[in-house]
Amino acid sequence: MVQELRRLKESASQTAGPYVHIGLTPNFGGIEGVYPHDLGAQPVNEKTKGERITVKMRIVDGAGTPLKDALVESWQADAEGLYNSPSETRGTADPNFQGWGRYPSEMDTGEIVFETIKPGRVPFPDGRMMAPHISLWIVARGINLGLATRMYFSDEETANAEDPVLTRLEHQNRVSTLIARRDGGAYVFDIHLQGDKETVFFDI
Amino acid sequence: MRNVRPETGGFFQRDRTWQPPAFTPGYKTSVMRSPQRAPVSFPHTLSETTGPVFGHHILGERDNDLTLNFAKPGESAIGPRIIVYGRVLDERGAGVSNVLLEFWQANAGGRYRHKKDGYLAPLDPNFGGCGRTITDANGNYFFRTIMPGAYPWPNGINDWRPAHIHFSLFGHGFVQRLITQMYFDGDPMIWQCPIVATIPERRAIEGLIAALDMQATVPMDARAYKFDIVLRGRHSTLFENRMEGN
Ligand SMILES: [Fe+2]
Repeated sequence: MVQELRRLKESASQTAGPYVHIGLTPNFGGIEGVYPHDLGAQPVNEKTKGERITVKMRIVDGAGTPLKDALVESWQADAEGLYNSPSETRGTADPNFQGWGRYPSEMDTGEIVFETIKPGRVPFPDGRMMAPHISLWIVARGINLGLATRMYFSDEETANAEDPVLTRLEHQNRVSTLIARRDGGAYVFDIHLQGDKETVFFDI
Repeated sequence: MRNVRPETGGFFQRDRTWQPPAFTPGYKTSVMRSPQRAPVSFPHTLSETTGPVFGHHILGERDNDLTLNFAKPGESAIGPRIIVYGRVLDERGAGVSNVLLEFWQANAGGRYRHKKDGYLAPLDPNFGGCGRTITDANGNYFFRTIMPGAYPWPNGINDWRPAHIHFSLFGHGFVQRLITQMYFDGDPMIWQCPIVATIPERRAIEGLIAALDMQATVPMDARAYKFDIVLRGRHSTLFENRMEGN
């Protein structure tokens, strides 16, 4: 016998289900008057520093149908590459940018459109710089454990080419699934849950 | 309040044999929504070890009382009155402070206040179904609500969800993010539910069943259920050789 480590096990995940809006975006879901506004609906304000960008996203299932009941959360650095978090020890992030957003799919089209700022670069643990990216977390009916992925930017070719996460992917032909394409004033990013175009998801 | 230095280490690897897999054909919606390729791993960076913070100032007085937070003045939601309380811990057994918990549930008849819920059980005009709170310095939380009802759902021709409350939690890092459901002590419906059955191990399911705690009840008011939730543990940075510029 040896000493016990006495570790606990992480609580098991369960799907967010079809009524996730009640809990996480009640105003969007038609429950008004309980909270003044839905958390994460407006990540930028007029004082936030950095380049304003618009992101247009869809979550697409294995049959090619956009999910109309999904919810996406985003987490990103500010324009200088600093996170607004106590675990950020390199400096103080822009106080006018929380860095986190929460977006339900439109119930009739499945579209998700939001405004944020282009994040700065953040180092990998070995000191190499990662390309600008937004971390995404996706939940929905039929998804048992929230899916983690990242969105990179098509107009950051040099940074993307040296990004430590993108370059370590064994199947380099899948890198494109992580890159939002610039289309006029917006970045367009489709997340494919399965099939030939399946997005790279992370076990992190 | 103690002045604790924030932790900066990476998180324990997630045990994917303990968590439900993506493809669970007994829960039919997962079939078309489950990634089929192996997810990719990499060492945690600041993008994973940091996460948003929510201050207690966002909370309204009735955010943690679902019996009142949608009710007309002087009225309250219909159903057995309960208190849900517990601790948010991490895999090291440490309480996790400042965790935003959000919860949502059906009313006592099993009906959600949602335009896509067409179940014939009636809406309760005094029940919205959402609440939230933030853990204290030791990871404790509580809220008041009513016991939700079981409800039928389209999967097999006669599948019913056991009574449950949905929970969403933020830890200190974005990769600790978790959504789960709480079930109730003694409910035979738990063991017939295809969504519960996506969890491979019985012990992991038992970890989602809240215990009736008669010692925590408020006499002549509400019974209490204890529900602890465990988030991923964090590596200590104490032993690390710090790399230059890190
Ligand atoms: Fe539910």
